[in-house]
Amino acid sequence: MDTTVKRKKPAQPDIDIGQETRMELYRLQLELRYCEKRAYDLFLQNLIKGTSHLSLGQEAIAAAFGVAMRPDDWTFCTYRGHAHTLARGASMTGVLGELMGRQCGLLGGKGGSMHLTDVKHGAMGSYAIIGAHLPVAAGAAWSAQYRGTEQVAVCFFGDGTTNIGAFHEALNFSAVWKLPVIFVCENNLYMEYTPIDTVTAVKHPAADRASAYGLESIVIDGNDADEVYKTAVKYMTRARKGGGPALIEAMTYRHSGHSRADPAKYRPDGELEKWLKRDPIDMYRSRLLELGFAEATLKDMEAEAMKKVNHATEAAKVSPVPGLDAIEKDVWANGGAAWRN
Amino acid sequence: MAELTYRDAVAAGIAQEMARDESVVFLGEDIGAAGGVFKATVGLFEQFGPRRVRDCPISEQAILGAAMGAAMTGLRPIAEIMFSDFLAVCWDIVANEIAKTRYMTNGQISLPLVIRTANGAGSRFGAQHSQAVENWAMAIPGIKVVAPAFPADVKGLLAAAVRDPDPVLFFEQKSLYSMKGEVPDGEYVDELGKARVLRHGTDCTIVALASMVHKSLDAAQILEKEHGISCTVIDVRSLVPLDTQTILSEIVKTGRLVTVEENPRLCGWGAEIASIAADECFWNLDGPILRITTPHIPLPSADQLEDATIPSVERIVREIRDKID
Repeated sequence: MDTTVKRKKPAQPDIDIGQETRMELYRLQLELRYCEKRAYDLFLQNLIKGTSHLSLGQEAIAAAFGVAMRPDDWTFCTYRGHAHTLARGASMTGVLGELMGRQCGLLGGKGGSMHLTDVKHGAMGSYAIIGAHLPVAAGAAWSAQYRGTEQVAVCFFGDGTTNIGAFHEALNFSAVWKLPVIFVCENNLYMEYTPIDTVTAVKHPAADRASAYGLESIVIDGNDADEVYKTAVKYMTRARKGGGPALIEAMTYRHSGHSRADPAKYRPDGELEKWLKRDPIDMYRSRLLELGFAEATLKDMEAEAMKKVNHATEAAKVSPVPGLDAIEKDVWANGGAAWRN
Repeated sequence: MAELTYRDAVAAGIAQEMARDESVVFLGEDIGAAGGVFKATVGLFEQFGPRRVRDCPISEQAILGAAMGAAMTGLRPIAEIMFSDFLAVCWDIVANEIAKTRYMTNGQISLPLVIRTANGAGSRFGAQHSQAVENWAMAIPGIKVVAPAFPADVKGLLAAAVRDPDPVLFFEQKSLYSMKGEVPDGEYVDELGKARVLRHGTDCTIVALASMVHKSLDAAQILEKEHGISCTVIDVRSLVPLDTQTILSEIVKTGRLVTVEENPRLCGWGAEIASIAADECFWNLDGPILRITTPHIPLPSADQLEDATIPSVERIVREIRDKID
């Protein structure tokens, strides 16, 4: 199962990551981790209903792209999209509030965990039907290409998505039109409950299909924020200059089950423990210490991130529930829901 | 006024909007260099070039997904799905994505886009290239649904659809593409959500859509001349929004409602009109509501079978005469 170590890694792009960027990468990973853990706690307290799909263990990917993207770039993500939305700068109170069904939620309580969107921060939606958002991201990239804005669309999805038709349609379409879109497959080894390698004809569900669309095969360590960051910068820069799309397979692991309902008992003994040793946040912390960052600085950052999550939790808790007048609002651009005169 | 075919009115409507607004782009299969399989988009590629008129692979999910992504980031795409039957292979993008995104995002995302598609029977294409599926679309909250019957309406309603801030599914009737009609010259924009009364009568109100409008008009003439039954004929034009004011006021005047639909029987759009009439003007009705539809079957291809399946002028005359006599 440990596909990251056996495959020969491509040479990392020669991009210098400065001290400030590394601080930002650590800060963001901490916030994503603490916020996802808080979401889990709020579930146990029955303050969050419905379902939710956590990114625990996969934070390095969302964080690294979040840091690497331009403010006017666009993110498209799946129902496992809390981290990717937060990583663009969306309000944490807005995210937790949406999960809790409060008025302060990013979507006023009308979308929920699986549809987080924050257009003013370039988070162009979380899509809960597997594969649907790949063509949508291609369309946004087409718009950027058409208008000559050098914006890039980044589309995150899981390994399971590589077996649905929309994945293949979007890849071919984007390659033919040379669209500025980066497709990021977060390969966490499981499509929902089933190991991806038992249902896929190739070893690397995304990278091994890349050649079918004339694209480079790229597999990276998705738990190494620096590696993800360098890869993101390299391919986004190329895309802005008209070099077309990229398909990146980032190897990672989901610390929790597929969703709230899943205790993940299907995992072989020892697998989780092995991956916990490669926890992206622990690994990054060790690296920062090796690079000479002071322990006290990191501790301050950790306390600060926790404070932010606590503050967002309290703000969401006191937010009122949505007014019932929201039910028949915003079906149409005129703000209403009327289908007849 | 110039006389144009229904298919030329499609191209005229698109050209009018593309010339007016640089953000209007057009994508689909065989629409550009080939001019469309129904030749409804001839000349657009030459006039606007491959940057704005884009030929696509056979990838309906990619076509509609791309239209959606482009619409939410500042363009106003027109996407063609060659046959409306093919909406089934990209229905996720229509029903789950395009229709719901504004609502789910609390109004953050607007999707000003048009999906044009060739709809309906009469061309002997069989069950997978002949369906009238406007009722599928009508069942999904969040998309507007338009189906013109005349060349002038094609141009005017298409222009209105392109300018509308909401997603519009625009059903072109493939059996009408060669029909000719007067179309206003110069810039012409109609209004979505308005039915049109084409004929005033006293005994019965026929509500019809697309090709059924023409059959209903022919039937009304025969009913008047040969059976002394005087019919109002309404062209619904837009199922969503639905012009219930016009429809209900015309039902009340005659006291009888007949819907003529190409949809198979169950949950055709006429059922919704009948339901509204039963709710809101029951005491003004002089008799039961009559729905004339295709039987609840997939469509056959042989000309004799297809003609006997889709409501015909003769069948409309017979059913109305039997009901009213």
